[in-house]
Amino acid sequence: MSTATLFGVYGAVLVGIGLYGMIVQTELLRRIVAFDVLGSGIFLIFGAVARRGAAGGLASDPIPQAMVITGLVVAFAATGVATALLLRLSASAEGVARRPEGPP
Amino acid sequence: MTPASLLDLGIGAVALALAAFAGAARSSFAAIVGFVALGLLLALAWLRLGAPDVALTEVAIGGGLTGLLLIGAERRLRARAMAEASDPVSTRVRVAAAVLSAGVAAGLAAAVLSLPIPAPTLGPAALRELPRTGLDNPVTAALIAFRAFDTLAEKVVLLLALVGVWSLAPDREWGGRPGQRYPLDADGVLAFLVRLLVPVGVVFGGYILWVSAGAPGGAFQGGAILATMWLAARMAGLTDAPRLCASRVRWALAAGPLVFFAAGLAGPLVAGGFLAWPVGFEKPVIVAIEIPLMLSIAAVLGLLLAGPAQRDGAR
Repeated sequence: MSTATLFGVYGAVLVGIGLYGMIVQTELLRRIVAFDVLGSGIFLIFGAVARRGAAGGLASDPIPQAMVITGLVVAFAATGVATALLLRLSASAEGVARRPEGPP
Repeated sequence: MTPASLLDLGIGAVALALAAFAGAARSSFAAIVGFVALGLLLALAWLRLGAPDVALTEVAIGGGLTGLLLIGAERRLRARAMAEASDPVSTRVRVAAAVLSAGVAAGLAAAVLSLPIPAPTLGPAALRELPRTGLDNPVTAALIAFRAFDTLAEKVVLLLALVGVWSLAPDREWGGRPGQRYPLDADGVLAFLVRLLVPVGVVFGGYILWVSAGAPGGAFQGGAILATMWLAARMAGLTDAPRLCASRVRWALAAGPLVFFAAGLAGPLVAGGFLAWPVGFEKPVIVAIEIPLMLSIAAVLGLLLAGPAQRDGAR
């Protein structure tokens, strides 16, 4: 099995692990972590596709690589929004929109 | 079995173990640590896949900044001692979820194993057009020239995400400062180290952008490093987060996308298409776009990490 195929299969398994976590985790923060694991798996599959497209002396097809870089940044932005929502939710659950805690 | 394929097997096996650990760990903190370690492992996988640019991004953003974000959220949730966990899901749901996840994973694996041979590739097309961009790194060329529209749209997504985060601030804190004010210990070790580190980090961030013309690197990776330097300076108490309503903050965020968009709009006049760069001046135009772009990326990543306004609000 080539490097590309091997990591593609690993990516598929990562998607499975992440999806399972997103369904069965009860803590919301853990669900966000599972969501990021799922995303990593999808990127890795894309990396396998890029590697298979190696041609003309390139180690890997540059177009999927560029799209994965874009995707990683967007995944970070999505995680940022999700954690901000979670923190706001927990502040509301406390029944107040009071000033947050001081330095630890 | 060659040493290289053993290495691949090892990287993948440890990555899967870390992902499983991130799912099964008892505490959220341990799960996040597992996820960050997974990011580092995946960076190795990206190197093995011949994609050093992605490996850099994975380390800086996938593992690093996302890990910081999650750890910060975990600490604050724990400080609130929130019992937000609902009832654990029933065994039936677990089994159904396991079957579903295994099915999805198996389907994806089957798709990977049955990819067409020979593989379709845009590599030769990218190499053929590469000299026209004045760059030597095809990934940078894809980001800033071939698929510049994606990159422009992504900048807008980042700004929208930041607006989404900001809008979660309580009304009376709107426009105030995000995060907490860290105390400064002017003679402390942390302040000393950060004073040493930040200048080096800023130069390195700029270097990562500059070399991306011909070597792995780029505006995202450089921007992530700059954002981390800003975070380090804040954590050492050497600087405070600005008020989010300050016009310099808004301009820092908007400058990169605005310059990018303006250059794209000039494209039809000088180069025959939206986001087309003028022949013979591709390299200077690209550099002139990438520098403000990196600063805006640094600002937006840093502020996404900092979160919504919490103090010194307008009202």
